[in-house]
Amino acid sequence: MDRKDFIKKGLMRTGMFVASAAMGEVLKNDIDEIKELEPVGFNHLPNTESKVLENTVLHKANTRGHASHGWLDSHHTFSFANYHNPERMHFGVLRVLNDDRVDAGMGFGRHPHDNMEIISIPLEGDLEHQDSMGNTAVIRKGDIQVMSAGTGIFHSEYNKNKDRLTKFLQIWVYPNKRNVTPRYDQITLNQSDRHNKLQQILSPNSDDEGVWINQDAWFHLGTFDKDANAEYSLKKSGNGIYAFVIKGDFSIGNIALNERDGLGIWDTSAIDITANSQDAEILLMEVPMSLK
Amino acid sequence: MIKILYVGRHAEITETVLRLINARENWLGLGAATDFDAVSLFAQNDFDIVLLGCGLPDESERDLSGIFRAQKPEIIIIPHYGGGSGLLANEILSALSQ
Repeated sequence: MDRKDFIKKGLMRTGMFVASAAMGEVLKNDIDEIKELEPVGFNHLPNTESKVLENTVLHKANTRGHASHGWLDSHHTFSFANYHNPERMHFGVLRVLNDDRVDAGMGFGRHPHDNMEIISIPLEGDLEHQDSMGNTAVIRKGDIQVMSAGTGIFHSEYNKNKDRLTKFLQIWVYPNKRNVTPRYDQITLNQSDRHNKLQQILSPNSDDEGVWINQDAWFHLGTFDKDANAEYSLKKSGNGIYAFVIKGDFSIGNIALNERDGLGIWDTSAIDITANSQDAEILLMEVPMSLK
Repeated sequence: MIKILYVGRHAEITETVLRLINARENWLGLGAATDFDAVSLFAQNDFDIVLLGCGLPDESERDLSGIFRAQKPEIIIIPHYGGGSGLLANEILSALSQ
């Protein structure tokens, strides 16, 4: 049966949905229409050098998936959109870590999400958000934005500035509960509270520091002077931790990390981080290693 | 030809997901908003993959999975997350590779 017959058969016998390219114009957005890229090869780097931490996976910055669409330049730590790498699907329930740069005045048109906890961390510039729940907001460096997509929402995100780039991290975490009521929140953090220490920016608890999500996950940010260090103790047994260097250089145990490198560690209860450069910034994401 | 059934309660998301599926060569997608429609469609078409989309109660996911597997034991049934272009193709490609 060819494509036309298949769709026709389905439509004639039932009152079902079918969406063709023609029908989709109303919902069209730039991201959906991006052309398929060539598959990216094997770039998962088992960390065989470490003597301290055996249960690690190292994602060097230059091994990430890359998509350049003119107004949007995105690096994908894990498979996303047209970047498909079976070795880079997720770290536990951490499914998406996109490092996005959006040109002035440009952005993501109205598009849907469901059943995902979506966290945005602005690094530079102003990002305007609008959603089907009636929220309109601007987030900038120091803010943390969270959406529980649940049963489904539509939203758009634009670089509010007409004269400069916006850069932000877009992080998706699988929820521990499907089909929750959609929710939006954002907070502004005091960035001085992360100087030479780790500042909690996300947890599973609504009354804890930072934003909260439907998952047993804790995120922390830290900005460190050269040679400053900190220890992070995992909050929940069985969780793993994924470290992403936003700026500068770090060591975790004896593993050296550079800007935009990522390191996942599991079967551990604590890690030691040391900054190897001045004003180095790191994001730590503690997440369950399986989806229950 | 990969034939995909998407079951979800959110009409706009269903339309978006189907448009994305049908935009890809060799993928064919149909969608159902109700369990009844999903069962009807499944009986009439030889699907390879079923995507359980947003808004389905646990019992619907469980019942539909049971019905589909009874009719076609090799059917691939996966919960869909994300709702749009970000994960859709990766979910399907991963399911096919397994």
